[in-house]
Amino acid sequence: MNETINNIVKRIGLPRLIIGLLFLATCLTAVMIDLPFGLIVSDILRRFGMFGVLSLAMVPAIQCGTGPNFALPIGIICGILGTLIAIEFNLTSPLLGYGFISAIIISLPFAVLSGWLYGLLLNKIKGSEMLVATYTGFSIVSFMQIAWVTLPFKHPEMRWPIGIGLRVTVSLASTFGEVLNKLWGFSIGKVYFPTGLILFFLACCAVVWVYSRTKAGIEMSAAGANPKFAAASGINVDKNRIIGTILSTFLGAVGVIVYSLSFGFLQLYLAPLYMAFPAVAAVLIGGASTSKIKISHVIIGTFLFQGLLTVAMPVANELVPEGNLSEMLRVIVQNGIILYALTRIGGES
Amino acid sequence: MAEDYVLQMKNIDKEYYGNKVLKGVSLSVRKGEIHGLIGENGAGKSTLMNILFGMPVIHSTGGFSGEIYLNGDKVDLKSPYEAMKMGIGMVHQEFMLIPDFTITENIKLNRETTQDNLISKVFRSDRLKTLNTGSMAADAKKALNRVGLTIDEWVTVAGLPVGHMQFIEIAREIDKTGLRLLVFDEPTAVLTESEADNLLSAMKRLAESGISILFITHRLSEVIQIADNITVLRDGELVADRKSAETNVAELAELMVGRKVDLKGKEKQSREYQESEVILDIKNLQVDMPGEKVTGVDLKIYKGEIFGIGGLAGQGKVGIANGLMGLYPSKGEVIFKGEKLELNNTKSSLERGLAFVSEDRRGVGLLLDSSIELNIVFTTMQTKGKFLKRFGFFSQLDDAGIREYAAKIIQDLDIRCTHSQQLTRQLSGGNQQKVCVARALALDPETILVSEPTRGIDVGAKKLVLDLLIKLNKELGMTIIMTSSELVELRSICNRIAIIFKGKVAGILKASNSDQEFGLMMAGEYQKIEEDGEGRLNE
Ligand SMILES: Nc1ncnc2c1ncn2[C@@H]1O[C@H](COP(=O)(O)OP(=O)(O)OP(=O)(O)O)[C@@H](O)[C@H]1O
Ligand SMILES: [Mg+2]
Repeated sequence: MNETINNIVKRIGLPRLIIGLLFLATCLTAVMIDLPFGLIVSDILRRFGMFGVLSLAMVPAIQCGTGPNFALPIGIICGILGTLIAIEFNLTSPLLGYGFISAIIISLPFAVLSGWLYGLLLNKIKGSEMLVATYTGFSIVSFMQIAWVTLPFKHPEMRWPIGIGLRVTVSLASTFGEVLNKLWGFSIGKVYFPTGLILFFLACCAVVWVYSRTKAGIEMSAAGANPKFAAASGINVDKNRIIGTILSTFLGAVGVIVYSLSFGFLQLYLAPLYMAFPAVAAVLIGGASTSKIKISHVIIGTFLFQGLLTVAMPVANELVPEGNLSEMLRVIVQNGIILYALTRIGGES
Repeated sequence: MAEDYVLQMKNIDKEYYGNKVLKGVSLSVRKGEIHGLIGENGAGKSTLMNILFGMPVIHSTGGFSGEIYLNGDKVDLKSPYEAMKMGIGMVHQEFMLIPDFTITENIKLNRETTQDNLISKVFRSDRLKTLNTGSMAADAKKALNRVGLTIDEWVTVAGLPVGHMQFIEIAREIDKTGLRLLVFDEPTAVLTESEADNLLSAMKRLAESGISILFITHRLSEVIQIADNITVLRDGELVADRKSAETNVAELAELMVGRKVDLKGKEKQSREYQESEVILDIKNLQVDMPGEKVTGVDLKIYKGEIFGIGGLAGQGKVGIANGLMGLYPSKGEVIFKGEKLELNNTKSSLERGLAFVSEDRRGVGLLLDSSIELNIVFTTMQTKGKFLKRFGFFSQLDDAGIREYAAKIIQDLDIRCTHSQQLTRQLSGGNQQKVCVARALALDPETILVSEPTRGIDVGAKKLVLDLLIKLNKELGMTIIMTSSELVELRSICNRIAIIFKGKVAGILKASNSDQEFGLMMAGEYQKIEEDGEGRLNE
């Protein structure tokens, strides 16, 4: 009996089990205190699609051996730049996905360049990637504070009407805000299913999965899993680490574009600072470790992590109506889960 | 009676993911006894010892059932730390050293200040003492001397050759005070005969001083030579307990595999080759491999021969193949098949048709968390683009093709596994070795460099691998360059054997040369008697 329970726990993985149970418990509470459940489910689906690609960005980074990409803000900034440029030059025709596609294409060269440079850095500091990554992310975000003020963007929707620099949030309502959510979207009762958004995330997963099964993808995973083994098979380990970093950075860029699309706003300045943590936490909860990850970890982890956060917020609001307290509770819950996930860094066996 | 026994293990059962690997095994060891434990690859020897040592791998896979008594008291060992406290030491089959620490630090790890104390006392009171580096170094040196290894104790372990790591592991265990029982899991697998002899005599001395020894090996003659009693496992079951005085190698081999084994080495079975057609011409090769430096080797290897490279650990024999494969910085000139071989370029070495089985199977040879089948086809996939399906500009793994090929080679080499998608981490040491050999063979190489191909492989499988090498040589005309610590093995299949001493070729002998000639040459003494000797020296 005890053994079978043990086996079940092992099969599901403790983190997944705990977060899953917590998720169920909060869902039940939500139903019991009569929260509008249709809205909550819609929200879960939306946030699942919204954060998915950001979590997916962890896959190439972990596979190539540099560990979870805490420097995701680099990619996020590339994505923001791509979006700003797409709007600035009015590349927002319906054919370009109202700017969605053009933003992705424009962010690509930025991501390649910065991913390459960052990859070079990572190759110099093998062994302490995670710490360096976190601080690289922080530095880049701080540096970009200056850039957002000084870059010569002119478009009225992104400049402050008076004063200098870009707005803190740029509305995407007139461009590609929510286009994916609405694409083939439908409602069942009170639940809205953002078909396009979810399909896009799953398509990205499929692309990454297919890539991981190509010669290049396998080469990259081997370089990450055992550099000596890879070298003995004639593989350039450093090159593969750079490729993995570039891919992760680009996925980060795409991830933030999808995020902004679904959110309806582009967030500048300090917003990218903490975006890496939910992404890392999601995949760790999903069962990934710092050296091994599967696509299923991304999908399961993002769903559990974002699902839990989505339900926890209104439940907390209801239980602790005091405005400030519930916000604090949300922060505690979110960071608590992240902290828990980071202690689970060993992953599933 | 029970008090006579230092260790009793009773009715041990162990299962890995529903796969029973130990079935009711019992084992008893007396004080000061040397007890041999033998069995085929995957018989469960390491697993039994891991249970005794409380290794985490046992508890994370559901524990075991059965009882363990130490000096008659029932114990429940949950971690290696507890086992150590109870006076059990273990030299693992797979090295347990911290690469970035120095030899001294590795030897004294967690016992830094215990020189004059009983271990148990120390952990309560001495944790805050400053490290006495001087005495630690002295202790380390002493332990190294006892195993007969001459190396500076402040060198870091990373990059040392496996032979040295083995000695360091042993030195670490020997250095422990309060030791009652010492387990050796294939300690001699990487050592040459003379080194192994040193170790065996060290073990004898330890046993005489009252420490009991459990000794796992695949070299049956060793176990008969030094063990008092021998336990034989087959497929997780205890098949026999023998007094070593009352048995012999042939009987043990038969007990192990459950059928008669032909132990006679097939001598000189390699194909005829022309001493004119040089396939590999090595001139002044220098390889900077830590601990196995090659300082200037000249060799001519003929097409179609089986060429052996031997010598003591640390003399550089291992460095040659590693250098040819571009795994360590090399200099010199190498002509392969009439064209210059680009040094320091692994990819080009592989593409030119050289394949390599590394002596360091867990470090270099395997992707431990990948499937057996991926391990086997990986290098071929990367260098030749095989086992891939092409769709225009991108490729996908050819699962069916990989599975089919893996199934065949798993059968050919008799790799004991549940299925070809099993992770290589879950295989026994010997079966992991076979996966490494399989990966080199998948390349379909013209010339294959094998380092320690039979290390840790049981008698049956060893014969299988050696026979396979001979077969590849005879039927496909493959040129084989085998580096090995085992002279017997080299002499059983090689045409010529180069002995490496101090990074250079001391000479080239034939299998038919005498033991004495081999011994002298390995010790660097050959030159002196060369005038009246028969062996052909490399000028
Ligand atoms: N971590 C693991 N997970 C699953 N199976 C395992 C694991 N470790 C060992 N096994 C299996 O247990 C069996 C016994 O392995 P063990 O390592 O004890 O063999 P051994 O007798 O030491 O062999 P060798 O001589 O090759 O070292 C093998 O079938 C092996 O595949
Ligand atoms: Mg073993």
